[in-house]
Amino acid sequence: MSQRLSLSQAFAFLLRRDLLLALRNRAEYAMPLLFFVLVITLFPLALGAAPELLARIAPGIIWVAALLAAMLSLDSIFRSDFDDGSLEQILLSAHPVAVLVLAKVCAHWLVTGLPLLLVAPLLAEMLGMPAAAQPTLLLTILLGTPILSMIGAIGVALTVGLRKGGIILSLLVLPLYVPVLIFAASATENAATGFDSSAQIYMLVAFLFLSTSLSPWATAAALRMSVS
Amino acid sequence: MFLWFHKLGSPPHFYRIAGKWIPWLNWMFLVLLVAGLYGGLILAPPDYQQGESYRIIFVHVPSAWMSLFIYVAMAVCGAIIIIWRMKLAEIVLISSAPIGASFTFLALVTGSLWGKPMWGTYWVWDARLTSELILLFLYLGVIGLHNAIDDKRTAARAVAILALVGVVNIPIIHYSVEWWHSLHQGATVTKFDKPSIHWSMLLPLLLMALAFQVYYVLALFHRCRAEILRRERNSKWIEEL
Amino acid sequence: MHSTVLLQTCNLSCMRNDRLLFEHLDIGLEAGQMLVVEGPNGCGKTSLLRILTGLRLADGGDVLWRGEPIDRLAGDYFEQVNYVGHHDGVKHELSCLENLRLARAMGVPSAHDLDAVLDMVNLYAYGETEVGSLSAGQKRRLALARLLATDALLWILDEPFTSLDKASMALFSGLFEQHLQQQGVIVMTSHHDISLPTQSLQRLKMGGAE
Repeated sequence: MSQRLSLSQAFAFLLRRDLLLALRNRAEYAMPLLFFVLVITLFPLALGAAPELLARIAPGIIWVAALLAAMLSLDSIFRSDFDDGSLEQILLSAHPVAVLVLAKVCAHWLVTGLPLLLVAPLLAEMLGMPAAAQPTLLLTILLGTPILSMIGAIGVALTVGLRKGGIILSLLVLPLYVPVLIFAASATENAATGFDSSAQIYMLVAFLFLSTSLSPWATAAALRMSVS
Repeated sequence: MFLWFHKLGSPPHFYRIAGKWIPWLNWMFLVLLVAGLYGGLILAPPDYQQGESYRIIFVHVPSAWMSLFIYVAMAVCGAIIIIWRMKLAEIVLISSAPIGASFTFLALVTGSLWGKPMWGTYWVWDARLTSELILLFLYLGVIGLHNAIDDKRTAARAVAILALVGVVNIPIIHYSVEWWHSLHQGATVTKFDKPSIHWSMLLPLLLMALAFQVYYVLALFHRCRAEILRRERNSKWIEEL
Repeated sequence: MHSTVLLQTCNLSCMRNDRLLFEHLDIGLEAGQMLVVEGPNGCGKTSLLRILTGLRLADGGDVLWRGEPIDRLAGDYFEQVNYVGHHDGVKHELSCLENLRLARAMGVPSAHDLDAVLDMVNLYAYGETEVGSLSAGQKRRLALARLLATDALLWILDEPFTSLDKASMALFSGLFEQHLQQQGVIVMTSHHDISLPTQSLQRLKMGGAE
């Protein structure tokens, strides 16, 4: 009899499998990114293109848009696995489900959160954000979006079994996003106005550790609830 | 001890006990409420800064306390549901949510009514009002999720997980919002903070808090009894009632 | 005698939406035995199977594996179980081989080579084909191929023969028989009349008067 894979191998396997699936469904995963860009273009159209106004509200706009884009993409973490029964197989795995969930959330972040990093500098430039603030903006996105995926995973896991999960999902998840929004937007704003933003960055790091260590357990419990 | 716990946990038993307690709780609530209101509205002196309008704190502050207390109570039920799968905890959790949401709403309304004479507007993005608003969303999420799931035992498990997640997040949200507020508003006076409070105001405040606490238990018992009847409508002991 | 009972339920009960599906259910399965659960639609067959897998919680009673409650065994139980439910649990965007590799990564890989496994279920030619382009019956065969790709003692199968043709049904009945001979245990539901080894077969009739 052969042995089962080690936990890290299983983690890597599932991560790779989800990335492969994303690669084969490219069009679907490009949507949140498109949405992110689209929402940000709406603001100058609604508020007028006065450069000083846009520059002032740019950090807030970018982060609100990132929040909405993250929320829009959440459903894809578990939806297709739930629909075709793969989720049952994952829950029946010999490995701890929380670790497998972490692999799926990591994969999801790599395909939906990370791309925001690529377009954010462009959008920041379009909104006239000072160049000095851009490294901080990218850092907050790098630290903040995985938190959004972690928290969001709990929400999706709770609602994936529902026919109309979408609207409930936003009600569950958006209030929990508030701390990330506050600290990330404020860090960027501080950087744009030439102040120190290390306090906010440290808070985001703390949130990241906290959510990474707690969220997979809650998500696993919620998934067990959803399939039963 | 465990046996007692187990017995109390059985819905029929709880149904009867709660039924016996309700008249007593009615009286307790009434007495505390009248005493608290009398102390707060008539005996307590007007505030030297805010005049008479401060008196709304006798409703506002206790309901804000209750809004937090009930969420924590729900999270405790959530832990019991996940660990022991106790039916009564499911019923208490579900029955608590609308009561908690109502207290939160009351705290918001009284807070903004208080804001009108203080700030000249019904709504300011004050730290506590803002966190209270987010708390209301958390409550609505719990209620919404419960309504969306057909099987009530599954729904209870979902809501239990959500309440636990929420209770971890509440302090984080609260302090984030407070921090955000201090950052954006600078050194404005937070009107809700009182350095010291005279006993003639404190005593009615505590009485009101106690009255609200009793009201919560009272409302909870009523709702739980209704929920028990709904859930166990097919079982034998209900037909005997 | 007692030690050979692998899967056992004690006083199992299950509710759905306040409706009692079954109660006081006691099952005992020894190595090499098979249980066929029968009954009309909605009588709780699928719920029972899902409780046995541990996907669903029973509303009362216990499921024991070698005398220990399955919720305490967790992963040690799951590696002994292979479940094929209503859904095939295969990803349409992946090829047959990729799907089976995933199944192996999640459980305990069997000694068989994956090409050999595909050969056994007559899908050898489709190893690199995306599952989305297969027919329903071929997908079902791929789902059942998971049973061979991993080493699990307990097979729990919910309507395994759905959308299979006669030849495939015979093929899998043969494979089930082989599994029983190797001291495995099978629990399944089926509306199909198939030839199954009778000597080690238990039948459970569900639903009816209640």
